[in-house]
Amino acid sequence: MKKLLVGTALAAITSAGAAMADSHGVSACLITKTDTNPFFVKMREGAEAAAAEAGITLRSYAGQVDGDHETQVAAIETCIADGASGILLTPSDTSSIVGAVQQARDAGLLVIALDTPLDPIDAADATFATDNFLAGELIGQWAAAQLGDDAANARIALLDLAVSQPTVGVLRDQGFLQGFGIDLADPNVNGDEDDPRIVGNDVTAGNEEGGRKAMENLLAVDPSINVVYTINEPAAAGAYEALKSIGRENDVLIVSVDGGCPGVQNVADGVIGATSQQYPLRMASLGIKAIAAYAADGTLPENTPGKDFFDTGVALVTDKPAEGVDSISVAEGKDLCWG
Amino acid sequence: MSGNADDYEAVVKASATEGVAEFEGRKGVLVHIQHALHVNPALVPLFVLVMSIILFGLLLGSKFFSPFALTLILQQVQIVGIVAAAQSLVILTAGIDLSVGAIAVLSSVIMGQFTFRYGIPVEIAVICGLAFGTAIGSINGWLVAVMKLPPFIVTLGMWQIVLAANFLYSRNATIRSQEIEAEAPLLQFLGTTFKIGADADGRGGATFTYGVIAMVLIFALLFYVLSQTAWGRHLYAVGDDPEAAQLSGVNVKATLISVYAATGFICAIAGWALIGRIGSVSPTSGQLLNIESITAVVIGGISLFGGRGSILGPLFGALIVGVFTLGLRLAGADAQWTYLLIGALIIGAVAVDQWIRKVSA
Repeated sequence: MKKLLVGTALAAITSAGAAMADSHGVSACLITKTDTNPFFVKMREGAEAAAAEAGITLRSYAGQVDGDHETQVAAIETCIADGASGILLTPSDTSSIVGAVQQARDAGLLVIALDTPLDPIDAADATFATDNFLAGELIGQWAAAQLGDDAANARIALLDLAVSQPTVGVLRDQGFLQGFGIDLADPNVNGDEDDPRIVGNDVTAGNEEGGRKAMENLLAVDPSINVVYTINEPAAAGAYEALKSIGRENDVLIVSVDGGCPGVQNVADGVIGATSQQYPLRMASLGIKAIAAYAADGTLPENTPGKDFFDTGVALVTDKPAEGVDSISVAEGKDLCWG
Repeated sequence: MSGNADDYEAVVKASATEGVAEFEGRKGVLVHIQHALHVNPALVPLFVLVMSIILFGLLLGSKFFSPFALTLILQQVQIVGIVAAAQSLVILTAGIDLSVGAIAVLSSVIMGQFTFRYGIPVEIAVICGLAFGTAIGSINGWLVAVMKLPPFIVTLGMWQIVLAANFLYSRNATIRSQEIEAEAPLLQFLGTTFKIGADADGRGGATFTYGVIAMVLIFALLFYVLSQTAWGRHLYAVGDDPEAAQLSGVNVKATLISVYAATGFICAIAGWALIGRIGSVSPTSGQLLNIESITAVVIGGISLFGGRGSILGPLFGALIVGVFTLGLRLAGADAQWTYLLIGALIIGAVAVDQWIRKVSA
């Protein structure tokens, strides 16, 4: 009797252990900057759907606010302790988090940066992101094409993200200038160009308030601004309010990047001329598939040929297509938008 | 206090020869200034404001010293200004309110979501938003006055609660300016602009918004209330010494609760003005309003230790920050210089506050 009991107990323990091992076998973490920004909400939806399909346990973590570095590091540590197979990470601080990422990789986890590349980019096993430079280049080319010959006398305002010049902000800004046909000076730095068409750069924190204030500041420098590059659509909406308050909303071209649903609607309404759309859902679902493949047989994800990351695609959304610049219509953009 | 402390006779003799009622050593220009500043604490920030306008005017010429640019500063500081007015009330009671920005933002989100999500008439939605701000303020006040919790802790917690509720409730979705303009223009009411002295194309000239007018009216009203009504005197008394105020017959608890409630209400007005300013209802706005409002209050010369300072100071404080921000921007300086100089102003303002205090010590 005693033997039987012990045997049963042992069997129970081993089978429980096996079950634990099964559920632990493939689990993945998603760490985003915040869990309230629609962009990251969409990203989580994509990850959850792909994880359910692949039979992976997904745990999601997020910083409290954009820039909350500490919480992200703690989340990486939790994932290592948890024995996850891989981490999908959208870093708030692209260089400081490299140490924590290295710890995870040393522990045998696959780390994929989503949306925002680490600094240096090869600090992660792979990066699944929008080609932000290309996203900027498309709106630059479109703006130049819209102006035609007047592009030579354009008065350009650049509404960037932050004083610290995070990679995503620099890539979009410099891509726009390249697309518009302006010499970049150092392509890793915003604001060092000496083209007389540029009125100035200002920062927006990527929201409406910042967009309005930055636009007002640059209009005070030069009221004849007629082309406005914005880091994202909320900043563009703020810039539009500033222009409207001085009655110039109809003779200034605003271009932007993101592809959120309110932003695409703003393109439809003529607030924004054109925007470059990115695809968070695709980033996350491809990321989960890569972790599943890595967990199965150690396959590492590969980069898009010719790039140092995996390009999840970008499309220019506008109802005023310009010759020589590929674009999709607002209706198509609405089908693919997030938020 | 020097030398022989036991030699009381000598002290009396010496002071008797000096004459009791005279303060020879304390006369002079500096003392007069010190006294003037003690009586009118808003003079220092006013002086700094005028000097900085003159400085940037000389430096930048008409680019800065134009009706357009100068009124632009008013527009840029209107939200911070209104919140600073609210913050002043709490700081005068020797408290601090870290939840002001969150209350403002959630109030604006409630006004927007009530209108668009539930189809409530916009007038009622605005009233709901204002009532909500007042209610949160009252809870803060109750926790401080009745539960005797430190204001810093109460409002630190409330800040997190309200901000999280803001994101959860709004689903972090923005309501676009175009929709508001078409269906509920009342939400943008405080953003309505009018111009004085613009050219034929409507360019240049002094540009005001109703939000700016609201800011000035709020300061004017608070100035009257604080200096001319019993409630105002009670507020100063509670801030200076709550026990003495209690013994003098002031209802300290009711005064504190009403102060926090008024602060919440004014913050909700700031939230309404925020919709006017940015056009849309965006739950990510106003994240720094608590720090910016405290900055304006401190630069405006209101003592963080309570009971001292003129309500007009924070208006000047907010304007000083606005003048520096736009002035340095127009001068082409890196934005970090603005923060550096504002940091120096904060420390300078507290130093001046301590120096003025000596006159009453």
